[in-house]
Amino acid sequence: MSKIKCAIIGSGNIGTDLMYKLQRSELLEPAWMVGIDPESEGLARARAAGMKVTDQGVDGLVPHVRADGVKIAFDATSAYVHKENSDKLNALGVMMIDLTPAAIGPYCVPPINLKEHAGKREMNVNMVTCGGQATIPMVYAVSRVQKVRYGEIVATVSSKSVGPGTRKNIDEFTRTTAGAVSKIGGAEQGKAIIVINPAEPPLIMRDTIHCLTEDAPKAAEIEASVHAMIKEVQKYVPGYRLVNGPVFDGHRVTTYLEVEGLGDFLPKYAGNLDIMTASATRTAEMFAEEMLAGRLSFDAAA
Amino acid sequence: MDLKGIQIKVHDMSLRDGMHPKRHQITIEQMQSISQGLDAAGVPLIEVTHGDGLGGASVNYGFPAASDEEYLRAVIPHLKQAQVSALLLPGIGTVDHLKMAADCGVTTIRVATHCTEADVSEQHIAMGRKMGLDTVGFLMMAHMIEPEQLVEQALLMESYGANCLYVTDSAGYMLPDDVSARIALLREKARPDTEIGFHGHHNLSMGVANSIAAVAAGARRIDCACGGMGAGAGNTPLEVFIAVCNRMGIETGIDLFKASDVAEDLVTPILDFPVRIDRNALTLGYAGVYSSFLLFAQRAEKRYGIPAREILLELGRRKMVGGQEDMIEDAALTMARERGVSAASAA
Repeated sequence: MSKIKCAIIGSGNIGTDLMYKLQRSELLEPAWMVGIDPESEGLARARAAGMKVTDQGVDGLVPHVRADGVKIAFDATSAYVHKENSDKLNALGVMMIDLTPAAIGPYCVPPINLKEHAGKREMNVNMVTCGGQATIPMVYAVSRVQKVRYGEIVATVSSKSVGPGTRKNIDEFTRTTAGAVSKIGGAEQGKAIIVINPAEPPLIMRDTIHCLTEDAPKAAEIEASVHAMIKEVQKYVPGYRLVNGPVFDGHRVTTYLEVEGLGDFLPKYAGNLDIMTASATRTAEMFAEEMLAGRLSFDAAA
Repeated sequence: MDLKGIQIKVHDMSLRDGMHPKRHQITIEQMQSISQGLDAAGVPLIEVTHGDGLGGASVNYGFPAASDEEYLRAVIPHLKQAQVSALLLPGIGTVDHLKMAADCGVTTIRVATHCTEADVSEQHIAMGRKMGLDTVGFLMMAHMIEPEQLVEQALLMESYGANCLYVTDSAGYMLPDDVSARIALLREKARPDTEIGFHGHHNLSMGVANSIAAVAAGARRIDCACGGMGAGAGNTPLEVFIAVCNRMGIETGIDLFKASDVAEDLVTPILDFPVRIDRNALTLGYAGVYSSFLLFAQRAEKRYGIPAREILLELGRRKMVGGQEDMIEDAALTMARERGVSAASAA
């Protein structure tokens, strides 16, 4: 079966991990790796894996998009350059999966709204944040049972897994995640907290999801919903595990999770990064399925 | 030790760190009366926010009796000489909170990170400085790393624009030599016009001794709490510290008897329990655990039947840092499961 050709923009840790995940996909083929530093290890690794590479940024990819049939691009660079990257590639009919916090397209959390996005022919979808991918499914697991008036998530990540971009603009994480807890998770109000822990050896990502329900929580239904949702996420992040809960305390429903990565390129403790690349891959596969079935194609702008 | 004639600035914590033992339920009226008492006693700087800083209102840390904005707007206009500061932990609060606090009339913003993670404070420190605020970099759990490493982190905060750098003994674990080593090296490496500060907890009864050691090593800003009202066994008790400073000739500008009246007449009566070195607070200081975890561990003990002391020790083993209050119930649940103890109640 033919596969949908993909480009990865950003040859850092995330881009490289993504490359490994795409290589395993039955629907996607990593065709191009785009970097800006000719000395980058990521570009060398991609070249060795048989991908075409450019160190000229997106402009180095643009002339080859049509000839090489690139249909999907992943942006693993930064929020600052994402819009420009997206505009250039969208104009050529390439759909964009945004792993930066730019969020110019709608949020995508695969087990909640991926199908809807594929159906709407979105040309740019945003993967929220690592904390969002890990926790919003749990908020939704409660809100699909009954009204959640307040959802709050606490994501604790190992110091080694937090890059300079996130550190420079940590407010963007809290704001974006809080917004998506409400918008996608279905809580009336959302709050997000991130804690960075420097322990050695590094701790696996931990996530705590507190929901305050409007009426007394329907414990049995919520429990079933939470377990079903965990199974959904495990389809693309096998190390997504319930540690404790759901705890019912008055109207508070709390779930304690850990997220272990696959260890493709990023270390296993960095479940926060793995869940981003895994969610992005899952998202691309859903779009690819539609494309391969002939139900979805994007035309280049005239 | 001759510290005679040294002038220092004492910064009161009772209306911020003191929010922890009060489960963030200090009322607006109590905030007003205590802050006005401190103002009249000559305390130059008073911190007012949720115990976990701006934006701390949450399930995870506790919802307060009033919002940060309500507290600040109720307190600041009534003070004659004292200024008000706010604490901000990046990851919990944002620059938006900082702007709100400045709009309320806060003159000092203290940006707090775990001692190894100073680089998450760049946007907040830079903004504080840009807005002309007295901007403090506040390195928590400073006992967990060596002085050299701590200084490296502090200098990052200085490079972002902090004009004052704090060594923060969040666990009340340090002994006077630990404080001296960190403050002295920081004093040596920081720019001469950068102020150095120390924030202590009294879990090993070292609050006053550590603060004096800090002054001797070059700190000129010292955090205290009137009546000792702070997390764990409280902060360095303000009135005791002032008395010692008076004896040693360290100049604070604070009236000892007025301050001790505020402690006795206004702070002590609002306590829900005596803030003292009980076995759990002692465990914090002994094992180096974040002081704010205390009440959470006690609640988990009631609910899950695991002694608070054992939960705190487990959190220390897991190397939990400030802000990980969620891990207290999690640890208690795991410990209860492993020991075959069932929860006290499911309701």
